[in-house]
Amino acid sequence: MIPAGPAGAHVRHWQRFTFTERVMRSLFYIVVLIGIVWSLQSIEIIPEFLYDAPQQTADLFVRMWPIDWGWYPKVVHAALMETLHTATLGTILAVAMATPVALLVARNVTRSVLLNSIGRFILVATRSVHAMIWALFFVAVFGPGALAGTLAIAVHSIGFTGKFLSEAIEEAKPGPIEALKAAGAPPLAVLIKGIWPQVKPAFLALAMFRWDINVRESAVLGLVGGGGLGMALDTALSNLYWDQAGLVLAVIFGIVIVAEIATSWARSRII
Amino acid sequence: MSMSAPAAKRVAFPPNWPARIGLIVLAVYVVYAATTLEFTWARFLTGLDQGGRFLSRMFPPDFSADKQSLLTAGMMESLQIAILSTVFGILFAMPLGLAAARNLSPAPLAWFSRGLIALLRTFHPVIVAILFVKAVGFGALAGVLALIVASMGFLSKLLAEAVEEMSMNQVEAVRATGASFLSVVVMAVVPQVMPRFVGFCAYQLDSNLRNSALVGLVGGGGIGATLFTAFQRFDYDFVLTIVLAIIAVVMVGEILSGFVRRLFQ
Repeated sequence: MIPAGPAGAHVRHWQRFTFTERVMRSLFYIVVLIGIVWSLQSIEIIPEFLYDAPQQTADLFVRMWPIDWGWYPKVVHAALMETLHTATLGTILAVAMATPVALLVARNVTRSVLLNSIGRFILVATRSVHAMIWALFFVAVFGPGALAGTLAIAVHSIGFTGKFLSEAIEEAKPGPIEALKAAGAPPLAVLIKGIWPQVKPAFLALAMFRWDINVRESAVLGLVGGGGLGMALDTALSNLYWDQAGLVLAVIFGIVIVAEIATSWARSRII
Repeated sequence: MSMSAPAAKRVAFPPNWPARIGLIVLAVYVVYAATTLEFTWARFLTGLDQGGRFLSRMFPPDFSADKQSLLTAGMMESLQIAILSTVFGILFAMPLGLAAARNLSPAPLAWFSRGLIALLRTFHPVIVAILFVKAVGFGALAGVLALIVASMGFLSKLLAEAVEEMSMNQVEAVRATGASFLSVVVMAVVPQVMPRFVGFCAYQLDSNLRNSALVGLVGGGGIGATLFTAFQRFDYDFVLTIVLAIIAVVMVGEILSGFVRRLFQ
């Protein structure tokens, strides 16, 4: 720690960190170094592919320009709407599924370590598997399309939404809850009138933040069959129509910026 | 519940009409969107039937020796992708984050850097990976480059915010001694933002580990490539093995990064 006392005494030897801290940090640096060297040495890079990388990159942009705007009304507009619906429905579904899990995890609502841990496991497991991998599963189950994409978005978002929601619930002040309990309110009334008003701002902020993320995610789900803009991108790429791919990329760029502006506006207005 | 209302007319919990109307609008939207996306009950039921068969083909997970060696090779490559992209992401994010901090760098440079960061953050790593696969070919390098872009965007944004929130007293004190810009950064900025930055980097390593499973789906190498191949070959029992392995590695990564964060707190 940084010494705060007078630095006059020349016999005293000030040290910012304790011995254990220094040893642990040095060990950490060594491990990091070994990791970097190991990765650099064993990562497989095919040098033949690298020779023409500049030409390929130039080719990429030359082929994208001019962007094929004529493709927008034909395919991309419908795909854009599908992506927006996927993100919104996915978020609504995620919030609906995450709320009971968050209640299960919050220690001030569920007073059982076993149930808390089960809830926590659900949160970690849904979060560790990426939306695109969930989409692969749901495409195998429900076939390609927006249904698979929506479910993938919803299931993957449970972890994030549930984690922060359970933290918000745990931070709720016990006063109003105890007052309601003392007045003989049943558990559901305690939930609606005691906890809900306290977590509402966090809940809305969380839902909007997640929607913003989900717009980005749902734009790429189509690459594995989850519907929306990704599907249009996949079609353009497999036909090697880079001008159409450029259009999809421009649309994704636009929608991501619009979503970010919309959420920050809503956050400042509502919360 | 207004204070002027007579006590007899007070209602303990008055109905909240805006919220009710909002809920109704939401419900109408859900029905409308579900119809446009053609979600039907029949489709859901056939899906459940299909899902049952799918699950039965996934169990038990396949741990045979040849699959294990495939899994290890993919996982190692993912780990290398995650480490390298985090390291280079940190290296590039440090100057960019400093340049974007409005209290240290001149306004034009700060705005330019902010624009660059916004651009880096707009596209999903998967899309960046597609572009890099075209530029440098299939394999781990495309994955590393895509995740470097993602790491740079995230880390430099948070670094710039941390630098803007720090106390300027130390900076002024060091400047008063006639120190150069580099000395100001080393002596006044680094000690203040280091603990938070290490936390962000640890988080980024986690997130790169998770995302390295993604870039493989579009040709960026690593465990994602193994997973995609397994899916295409309908090797669903091996798919389950891979997914379980990803969850395990991500969990171990989260524990380790929590440990690192505490070490630098």
